[in-house]
Amino acid sequence: MIGSVLLTISTTHSPATDLGYLLVKHPAQLQSFSTTGGTAHVFYPQATEDRCTAALLLDVDPVELARPSKGQKGPDSFSLGRYVNDRPYAASSLLTVALGRVFRSAMKGASKDRPELAATPIPLEIEVPALPCRGGTGIVARLFEPLGWTVEAVPVPLDPAFPEWGDARYVQLRLTGTVRLADALSHLYVLLPVLDDAKHYWVSEDEVAKLLRAGDGWLAGHPDKELIARRYLAGRRSLVLSALERLQGDTAATEPGQDEEQAEVPERRVPLVKLRKQAVLAALAESGASRVLDLGCGEGALLLELFADRRYTEIVGADVSTVSLAIAERRLKLERQPDRQRERIRLIQSALTYHDDRLTGYDAAVLMEVIEHVDEERLPALERAVFGHAAPSTVVVTTPNVEYNVRYETLCGHRHDDHRFEWTREQFAAWTARVCAAHGYTAEIRPVGEDDPQTGPPTQLAYFRKVA
Amino acid sequence: MKLDIPELSLIALVGISGSGKSTFARQYFKPTEVLSSDFFRGLVADDENDQSATKDAFAALHHIAGIRLRAGRRVVVDATNVQKHARAELVKLARSFDVLPVAIVIDTPEAVAWERTQARPDRDFGRKVLQRQAADLRRSVRDLGREGFRKVHIVREPGDVTISYEKAWNDRRDVTGPFDIIGDVHGCRAELETLLVRLGYVIERDDQGRPVSAAHPEGRQAVFVGDLVDRGPDSPGVLRLVMGMTGAGTALCVPGNHEQKLLRKLRGRKVSVTHGLAETLEQLEREGPAFTETAAAWIDGLVSHLRLDGGRLVVAHAGLKEEYQGRASGRVRDFCLYGESTGETDEYGLPVRYPWARDYRGDAMVVYGHVPSPKAEWVNNTICLDTGCVFGGELTALRYPEKELVSVPAERVHYEPVKPLAEIAPERDGATLSISDVTGRRHIKTAYGTVLVDAESSAAALEVMSRFAIDPRQLLWLPPTMSPPSTSRQEGYLEYPAEAFADYRSAGVSTVVCEEKHMGSRAVVLVREEGGAVYTRTGRPFFSDPATTEALLERVRTAARPLFAKLETSWLLLDCELLPWSAKAGSLIRSQYASVGAAARAALPGVLSAVDSAVARGVDAGGLAGRFKERAANAEAFTAAYRQYCWPVDGLDGVQLAPFMVLASEGASHAGRDHGWHLAQCDTLVAADPELFRATGRRVVDLSSAEDEAEATRWWLELTGSGGEGMVIKPYEGLAHRVRGQLAQPGIKCRGREYLRIIYGPDYTMPEHLDRLRDRGLSRKRSLALREHGLGLAALDALASGEPLWRVHELVFAILALESEPVDPRL
Repeated sequence: MIGSVLLTISTTHSPATDLGYLLVKHPAQLQSFSTTGGTAHVFYPQATEDRCTAALLLDVDPVELARPSKGQKGPDSFSLGRYVNDRPYAASSLLTVALGRVFRSAMKGASKDRPELAATPIPLEIEVPALPCRGGTGIVARLFEPLGWTVEAVPVPLDPAFPEWGDARYVQLRLTGTVRLADALSHLYVLLPVLDDAKHYWVSEDEVAKLLRAGDGWLAGHPDKELIARRYLAGRRSLVLSALERLQGDTAATEPGQDEEQAEVPERRVPLVKLRKQAVLAALAESGASRVLDLGCGEGALLLELFADRRYTEIVGADVSTVSLAIAERRLKLERQPDRQRERIRLIQSALTYHDDRLTGYDAAVLMEVIEHVDEERLPALERAVFGHAAPSTVVVTTPNVEYNVRYETLCGHRHDDHRFEWTREQFAAWTARVCAAHGYTAEIRPVGEDDPQTGPPTQLAYFRKVA
Repeated sequence: MKLDIPELSLIALVGISGSGKSTFARQYFKPTEVLSSDFFRGLVADDENDQSATKDAFAALHHIAGIRLRAGRRVVVDATNVQKHARAELVKLARSFDVLPVAIVIDTPEAVAWERTQARPDRDFGRKVLQRQAADLRRSVRDLGREGFRKVHIVREPGDVTISYEKAWNDRRDVTGPFDIIGDVHGCRAELETLLVRLGYVIERDDQGRPVSAAHPEGRQAVFVGDLVDRGPDSPGVLRLVMGMTGAGTALCVPGNHEQKLLRKLRGRKVSVTHGLAETLEQLEREGPAFTETAAAWIDGLVSHLRLDGGRLVVAHAGLKEEYQGRASGRVRDFCLYGESTGETDEYGLPVRYPWARDYRGDAMVVYGHVPSPKAEWVNNTICLDTGCVFGGELTALRYPEKELVSVPAERVHYEPVKPLAEIAPERDGATLSISDVTGRRHIKTAYGTVLVDAESSAAALEVMSRFAIDPRQLLWLPPTMSPPSTSRQEGYLEYPAEAFADYRSAGVSTVVCEEKHMGSRAVVLVREEGGAVYTRTGRPFFSDPATTEALLERVRTAARPLFAKLETSWLLLDCELLPWSAKAGSLIRSQYASVGAAARAALPGVLSAVDSAVARGVDAGGLAGRFKERAANAEAFTAAYRQYCWPVDGLDGVQLAPFMVLASEGASHAGRDHGWHLAQCDTLVAADPELFRATGRRVVDLSSAEDEAEATRWWLELTGSGGEGMVIKPYEGLAHRVRGQLAQPGIKCRGREYLRIIYGPDYTMPEHLDRLRDRGLSRKRSLALREHGLGLAALDALASGEPLWRVHELVFAILALESEPVDPRL
């Protein structure tokens, strides 16, 4: 068995060796416990009247850890990262599990031998030499300082041989403060995995209870409780909400801000996403279409609207991502719809650079924020497939107007990592004209969102009609 | 009694209950050919006599019949079929699959049938039913022909029958060529003579000097795609020559729409005398009625399409889609003559043609004419030979099986086209791919076996292919995955050369080449005279900046000039490793590998000092101390291992390319050549540009020589001892090398002890880990490697023989799809 995760707790409260009573671990011995993914050892590098240090050392067994376990079949289950990773060295949720197991009674604040001391804040020093930390050293201070700790967090360089690579995602952490030992342990229990932000096991509903139990007495008053809850519960929104609701009693929970895919959130009035949908729906309604294609339907944001509108008698949502389609299917609650409703809509996997006979013969097609996800050199294939082969009477295309990007203060680069291009109004107009000439359509370009006098609107929409 | 039946047909047995239809069917047809209504009643309702299940039973029967007919299999329908509406369904079914409906009436006297019925315990209907059936039958018999049955046989003695299957007229699969297929002639007799001579035919003339036949000294046969007549100066002359050749057996001919119209005119039907028919009629006028009548009879005898050479070649005037090949119906004939129209007309008033060739996925080559275009071009294994001779273009022939085009120019513009020839650019887009080429569960047949790709893998590959991969026109091949050798028992080693040699020896390979494994990223380089691509093993562009790609391609192009000339090619496909590893895998190295090292460096000193302090205090933790010291050393070794493969690059500066195979060039797959050849070609690149190209060290090993093996093992230890990744062992004879008819693993990678820390973790060499890690299964990886290898070889073959893009893409796509199968990534 190899690998190690280290955490040391020291006190100078005299007699310091009383730490052994609080932790219920004898300072003269090496004690070992079997725990998830390896063995936890507790021993004391130092044990004098003036200063006593307890060390929790986790021996991680990487070969054992790499075996796929039940319920662990994520997309990563066959990636190399499962085999070569930092778990043997870096504090993580594995350490937290060991912490909860090995120091269970100390964390509860119970002590048979030193009950008063257990209830008293004592000077403590905690060191974690390799703490994975997403968000840099600043976040460590943000999380621990409100709880009465003085925080020292030194970033670890990725590789001294390549200084240009910068820092690793670890810090060497040293906390000092006068804190009840039980509180200190529960701070670590909750906040170490929060900083790591990569739990090694599935988050389930009883995690909410664990969080509330460990955070009792301090989490509700923590200024970053939302961040803590979200990361601890690994971003599972419903769990986060239920945790926050229970933290706040009757006060209504606000939805935590999702990591928005686009930089377009700070719209003050109606969000652009909504304006765009409205503009697309208006164009569709104007065309009089009843059998429509949503090409690149993603998770079904537009499909929901189309499905709710009885004028659309036949709706096809097509996307290349089977994961997105599965989410769309869930959002549409298709399996619970009566047959007649369900017959109106069909979800299919398709790729727009291939001809697809299933997409021919419809009244209209929508490509809402789709073309910019296709490499520019592959666009002619998309044009042939959509305008030449599927060839519906109406095609509605929206895409960002790159000129407007200057209005997003925080944005650098494209609005989305996967955008292969973002066009100016002129470029979009030129493309539109080319498509019309090649495939027998006429088009009208419309602004979506505030039509800024200098930059134009944030989104541009082309309304194509096939020439009869 | 002898019954003639077309080979592919739907045969309706007609007869009352108890007439002996089922016995007849059993006696003369295969059990799987016979679909009996009784059987289907049982299938859908558990009771063969449950008349209430009749509707469902027939629905199921028709469905199965349709599936068989689509696949070109005979269907015999064993039901009474005494009622008109029942038969009408069958005629409709046959027509919808373009096969001929045939009726065989089993005419057994009602009294005999009644006797048999009474003898059967499961039949409880009365004699009335039989009498009604008999009456229906009597009324029907004389109408069967009019109902659409192509043949009607009335059998009175069912025990005494022989069935003789007639080949379809279009079935000339026994004629194997070689052929010279000739495009639309349109009365251009002079050009036709020139072309025939150019093709090597000797022309025979009558006493007036008119060509009356031609023959090829090597026995080649000409095949005319039709439209011999109209518009041009000498339609009768062309007819005379071609009629002579078909009569002499030196040519075959299919009719064109112009022959068809001429025939209708000559037979006194009303047709509009346009599109050059007037010229033909006038020319025929001068020939006299006897010639005209001979020509008309000859045209009448032409078959609208021909299947030749074992079914590998189909000739029809306007082409023929796969579903119609070998079929017979009015619409098949119409397709052959006129093609498929979209129902629209263009600005010149000409019908817009549906580009059927774009969707063509058939195995048979289709050669046709009908639509003039400036050049004959291949589209998905089809080619149109009408290069508009009569409009001043060329008369073109295709040599088959050589696939060579031979053209002669028109002597002049004989007829002004409605729209200028140069402007005629029908949609012949061979680059269009259809989603049905790649998705769903697929059985892909190649010369190397059949590979199954499941629907989930296809779906995953579709996402990768359409979102991240390069243009399919550049993505011509993907490297197969590579297996390590059988696991070594050598102390301290997981992989060792001895097992790789043993693996190949037991696979029957006698000589292998060991090639230094460069630790970079696999890169496939397609370099064309202009442009090209550099892509990864999953088909993604190697560099995000196209300028870097082009800069690299330009360097390759320059170094490969002599190779371009030597292989007479305008492009090369190279299999390479691109270094450094950090160039492509930089973010992976930083986030994964360097991170592990950093965490170890941060954690282990603290652990060691804590343990040491505890030991100094007398705590019994000596065991921990020893273990963690070893661990610290392993972490250092791990960091040292990946550092070897990282160095900074800026654009192309620092980038190195190590080519080791020249996979293909124009018209040729080089998979059959030995690795000595491949490495020699690659060496010329290294010599030309040693800064960019990196040589690949190698040792050839005779697997019967212990000395060779020992020397190669020493070399491997030396390579890996100084930080090398290891070596790849390959059958020396090359990629396509087969032993006992089977492909061998194209390569086995034998990785160094230190390198494997990157794969198995810093501490994998500790005995307690190594023992557990040795328990690794390779069969899945090896089977995957072989399947991908076969697909890759087939893709190179398809490329070399000029198969359509969709076929190459289907194969390459399948390789990518197979890559999504879960296999231990450490192998």
